[in-house]
Amino acid sequence: MVMSNYSPKTIFWRRFKKNRLAVAGGVIVLSLFLIAVLAPFLSPYNPNDIDRKEILEPPSLKHPLGTDDLGRDLLSRMIWGARISLAVGFVAVGISTLIGMITGALAGYYGGWSDRIIMRFIDIMLSIPTFFLILAVIAFVGPSIWNIMLVIGVTSWMGVARLVRAEFLSIKEREYVLAARALGASDMKIIFRHIMVNSLAPVLVSAVLGIAGAVLVESALSFLGLGVQPPTPSWGNILTLGKDNIEIAWWLSVYPGLAILITVLGYNLLGEGIRDSIDPRLWGTDEH
Amino acid sequence: MLGYISKRLLEIVPTLFGITLLSFLIIHLAPGKPTDVLTEMNPKITPEARERLEKLYGLDKPVIEQYWIWLKRIVNLDFGESFSSDRRPVFEKIWDTKQPLMERRLFITFLINVLSMCVIFLVAIPIGVSSATHQYSLFDKISTVFVFIGFATPGFWLALLLMMFFGIHLDWLPISGLKSMNYEMLSFSGKVWDRMLHLTLPVFVSAFVGLAGLSRFMRSSMLEVIRQDYVTVARAKGLREKEVIYKHAFRNALLPIITILGLSVPGLIGGSVIFESIFSIPGMGQLFYMSVMTRDYPMVMCILTIGAVLTLFGNLMADIGYMIADPRIRAR
Repeated sequence: MVMSNYSPKTIFWRRFKKNRLAVAGGVIVLSLFLIAVLAPFLSPYNPNDIDRKEILEPPSLKHPLGTDDLGRDLLSRMIWGARISLAVGFVAVGISTLIGMITGALAGYYGGWSDRIIMRFIDIMLSIPTFFLILAVIAFVGPSIWNIMLVIGVTSWMGVARLVRAEFLSIKEREYVLAARALGASDMKIIFRHIMVNSLAPVLVSAVLGIAGAVLVESALSFLGLGVQPPTPSWGNILTLGKDNIEIAWWLSVYPGLAILITVLGYNLLGEGIRDSIDPRLWGTDEH
Repeated sequence: MLGYISKRLLEIVPTLFGITLLSFLIIHLAPGKPTDVLTEMNPKITPEARERLEKLYGLDKPVIEQYWIWLKRIVNLDFGESFSSDRRPVFEKIWDTKQPLMERRLFITFLINVLSMCVIFLVAIPIGVSSATHQYSLFDKISTVFVFIGFATPGFWLALLLMMFFGIHLDWLPISGLKSMNYEMLSFSGKVWDRMLHLTLPVFVSAFVGLAGLSRFMRSSMLEVIRQDYVTVARAKGLREKEVIYKHAFRNALLPIITILGLSVPGLIGGSVIFESIFSIPGMGQLFYMSVMTRDYPMVMCILTIGAVLTLFGNLMADIGYMIADPRIRAR
């Protein structure tokens, strides 16, 4: 244990910075943030400006990534699309993490019947093919950006719940929790102040990885026409145009997919990097 | 051994019950009545006709009673009639006994999923094992990069790229449907070849995403096993490295993989919606997509239930596979 004199935070940063893939993931995620925030300044054209004289133009100096079937600039639409994927990813994962933390805490802390019911419910949710479930719900509530955020969130909390439950089971019998209980702390206080804070690290990792999953699901839904609706640009619904014009406009298929790939890769690398740097069992070892 | 299987089967019953309840509630607690789709399209429909329709579907009864009636019917595979214009029984649309096997939607989806599972298994496991036994080698590094990229690739995008390259640019593979226009005129071997050509891209694409994940799991599982004492013992005994890896380490490393393969079933089945729509494959996923778009409620509920049953079946298969690979469970 060479580094045991340093605080966990320092060790985390040292390990994280050493992991080149994790840093690359962080840079990708940060750049996407900047692109999304600065979209109005970065995009060369208004993403919804129709130009009937420039329909399905291949990439050129004027339109670096080409234009779509209505003559809209693809680069501008993709920059604005970054906002959508970021927003959907964060809100959906926020919802699923919240549900997962609450149900996981209830199951792990109280045990008994609440545990049995929650775990059985999770088994049921996991045996319905996720994409079927999402599509069925979307069919009834109707496709819109808010609905898909909600539906992705409500159908993807099971992993977090299991994680939090396992953490609670291992932490709730520790001395400091027993001490808090002996001192008369309420259940609420023990759950949130003493146990939850100590199980946040794995939750953070699964949230970052969850954003990657949510971005993929959103793009698939939008591709099928059940997600973000045109004219709002999203990488998924641009790919629908790519499919419709597959024989004449390769740029409509290639670029948006690449954007999704890079985004998902970024969140995955970042998430795995955080996991490796956070895990105390790996501290003091330098293998990477 | 039989005791173990029947215990697993018994455990499936409450889950199955829960699944039917959940899919029923999703549809019936949603705003609007299922029959709205039938009535709102038709402005001439009278309130009396609407009421008759609701009675026909039992919508005038309390939700719990409706559920009970529905449950009793689906035990006999009677999922009701489709809302689409053909008004055919829902189950017949995915499993038409008058058609040959290759024309039945459920079978097509099942076949593609089983084939891609086989591809995943046959490709991911060797990759994972070699990565682990040659850790930090060039091969290991390349496959790690491949895994990360594979993990991040949207399947439907990969499908588009492959369609563009192999289907349009090179014109080697068909990009839609499951058979050519002149299928009926082909000889038997010609028919088989035609089917294979049509299945290549869909099976490859649906296997690809799972491939990346599973080879990663195989690698880490193998890495963990070859550090165990019994593997060192096997080496110390003077066994050849091949024997150590394949006889002693491999079987143990395979155990968690079987579980993961079972867990990946719902993802595969869910993915069939996307692949079948892209490649215009007349399977259950494509029908589900069309039913969702037209709000064909009986159809949606039927496929939701069947999909869950397939998942449970996949999990059961994984359990049995686990049992075959692990003598400790068999002895229990």
